[in-house]
Amino acid sequence: MSVLTLVIEGQDVAGPAGRTILQVARENGVAIPTLCHLEGLSDVGACRLCMVEVEGQRKLLPACVTTIEEGMQVTVNSDRLTAYRRRIVELLFTERNHVCSVCVADRNCELQDLSVEFGVTHFDLPQLHPKATVDATHERFGIDHNRCILCTRCVRVCDEVEGAHTWDVMGRGTEARIITDLGTPWGQSATCTSCGKCVQVCPTGALFEKGRSVGEARRRRPYLPYLVAREGRAR
Amino acid sequence: MTEMGGATPARRRRQEPLIPDGPVRASADVCQAAGCLSMQSDAVFESLCERVTACGLTDVAVRRVGCLGLCAAGPLVAVPERERLFDHVTAGDDASLDAVVTALSGGEGGRPIASDPFFSHQVKVVLEHCGRIDPERVEDYVAAGGYEALTKVVTTMTPAEVLAEVTHSGLRGRGGAGYPTGLKWTTVAKADSADGKYVVCNGDEGDPGAFMDRSVLESSPQQVLEGMAIAGYAVGASHGYVYVRAEYPLAVKRLTTAIRQAERAGLLGQRVADSSFSFEVQLRIGAGAFVCGEETALIASIEGGRGTPRPRPPYPAASGLWGKPTLINNVETFSSVAAIINRGAAWYQAIGTGRSRGTKVFALAGSVVNTGLIEVPLGLSLREIVFDIGGGLPGGGRFKAVQTGGPSGGCMPEELLDMPVSYESLAEAGSIMGSGGMIVMDQGTCMVDVAKFFMDFCREESCGKCVPCRVGTTQMHGLLDRITRGLASREDLAELEDLAGMVRETSLCGLGQGAPNPVFSTLRYFRDEYLAHIDDRVCPAGVCKIEPAEAVAPVAEASR
Repeated sequence: MSVLTLVIEGQDVAGPAGRTILQVARENGVAIPTLCHLEGLSDVGACRLCMVEVEGQRKLLPACVTTIEEGMQVTVNSDRLTAYRRRIVELLFTERNHVCSVCVADRNCELQDLSVEFGVTHFDLPQLHPKATVDATHERFGIDHNRCILCTRCVRVCDEVEGAHTWDVMGRGTEARIITDLGTPWGQSATCTSCGKCVQVCPTGALFEKGRSVGEARRRRPYLPYLVAREGRAR
Repeated sequence: MTEMGGATPARRRRQEPLIPDGPVRASADVCQAAGCLSMQSDAVFESLCERVTACGLTDVAVRRVGCLGLCAAGPLVAVPERERLFDHVTAGDDASLDAVVTALSGGEGGRPIASDPFFSHQVKVVLEHCGRIDPERVEDYVAAGGYEALTKVVTTMTPAEVLAEVTHSGLRGRGGAGYPTGLKWTTVAKADSADGKYVVCNGDEGDPGAFMDRSVLESSPQQVLEGMAIAGYAVGASHGYVYVRAEYPLAVKRLTTAIRQAERAGLLGQRVADSSFSFEVQLRIGAGAFVCGEETALIASIEGGRGTPRPRPPYPAASGLWGKPTLINNVETFSSVAAIINRGAAWYQAIGTGRSRGTKVFALAGSVVNTGLIEVPLGLSLREIVFDIGGGLPGGGRFKAVQTGGPSGGCMPEELLDMPVSYESLAEAGSIMGSGGMIVMDQGTCMVDVAKFFMDFCREESCGKCVPCRVGTTQMHGLLDRITRGLASREDLAELEDLAGMVRETSLCGLGQGAPNPVFSTLRYFRDEYLAHIDDRVCPAGVCKIEPAEAVAPVAEASR
């Protein structure tokens, strides 16, 4: 396979053809923030945090799904990109009812980490305060839609790794919800194998193990045989 | 259940058109497109058949045809031999029916078509057969020269020659973005695929106020199928899909009929026109999602999945339906193809302006006298479209703006009325060509309210996949709502502009990237209206309900 050379954040790097900007950047120690991406799962380019500037391209490109090209000049951090990323974090916080102080994932949350990284100490936009439900019908796990950011990692891990495809998405826009089995309660799901992979990949406290209190969610990603969560982010 | 007295009423059969055996002296063509049908033009058709028979006119035809264009004045009946159009013909109004019969028997009456500016400024290529043939009879289409282009292509031309012809015509995608059609076809033709390629027709028209694709599909469905088959031959595909939204039941019905009739006539399916080329077309019906008009979402929907877009590249030309190279064009684009093959690329190329060649169909709607379907050469000015063809604003209303491009487009003010309509000029003015909806607005329209309307549309139609579109449009709608209620500050306006820029730059597909456009364009031309709502708490058009002063309080800063 041919090896391509390119410049990411002023650094000369190389990678085999077919790899994404995100992969090559991270291999070379250049950090690009992500939320919907998880190594081992397919990429959907939905969170838009990994948008980068590529010289000669009018539009910003998502690093997770853009493959590298010879001679590419990639800018990962600029004032504009930082402002956009900060805004995305803000939009996610205002969309549902995120209250860190009572969340099972407090200090174990990728969304919270990003808010620290981008200094989201307050919101300029109003909270939407949607009515969201909690499904606690499953024996061991629960889903709190108030904390869901629709990254669809659970949908993909269930489909691509476990092969059950219990999870999917229903509805449009801010009304979109993660559902189990055509919208039946999780506890009555005929397809769920109770493997818990969805809980392990959830970046926030939306999917949780029962019996854990505030800040007690500990993601055990290394237990997943096919997934290698990024060090540092998973903790 | 009690027995019913007398004969059970048999289900009425579709009345056949009245076509005399001998030469036809004149024919009454009754519009059977959705607009006129909603005003009972089917009853007009039946009444006319009865009347013509009763009068003993044996050399006169009464036919069902597609859209006659002047939708505002329906139900419409045309007598093409006399070049007359009869408007507001109703089954219960004897005088209106008599007028048609008089014209059929050689008398005067009706409005002249040739000298009417609504018709005389138009150039009909896509709408060539609209209102001239019965959309449910393939014989009519063939008699009007239909399928000549396909027969010519499969019997005398190589795929490369077809590609060259389409490329030279200068035709660009009529779905909105204006991508060169010849280039797209060539890309798909060059793509290697051992196990097939696909041709997809995008009929998921969803812009508010737009009804071009609907009218074409309802009036001349065979023309769309012929264009698809020619494309299939050119790119090397033997399967096609027409994707039509479920809200167009009449278009679905007529397409179903058209596909069946064309297959029976040997013009689609196995061995098209006795050649070695085969092309099968299947119909797929949308389920009410606007975003399925986006090509990757449309593909996902045909595949049976949730209709959400995916990042491009790879473009459908490389990896589309079921991972195969796929050509996706709009209804109108396919409808232009047969004419280009028949009359040649040079003829088509001669129409238009700059890099925008050929004609474009527009659906004129809003505050305009002649609401309806028109087709004009590109390069005509907005003024000619709105005032000459459209007949100006009704009731002496004063023009304020014209909106093109639907929820991804923009509003153009009076200063731009003399701008020629082309892909480039519209983009420069902060709008887009879009699929062809054109909404005329008078002074009684509040531009902030218009921006809010489109934002509400995008917010509801966002698929929810990417964050900027899903949450960004909702937040922008909230800010616009605050402005229209007189609750916003200058900071809110700055916030709105900032957010709009971010949503445009970071959204995944065209829906999100285009959603801020109505905001940008109204801010560009009507910023004073925004400021009047904010600073003076007044809606200059008197549309918005400004909240009483005590409701105005600074937004409490939310904290997490």
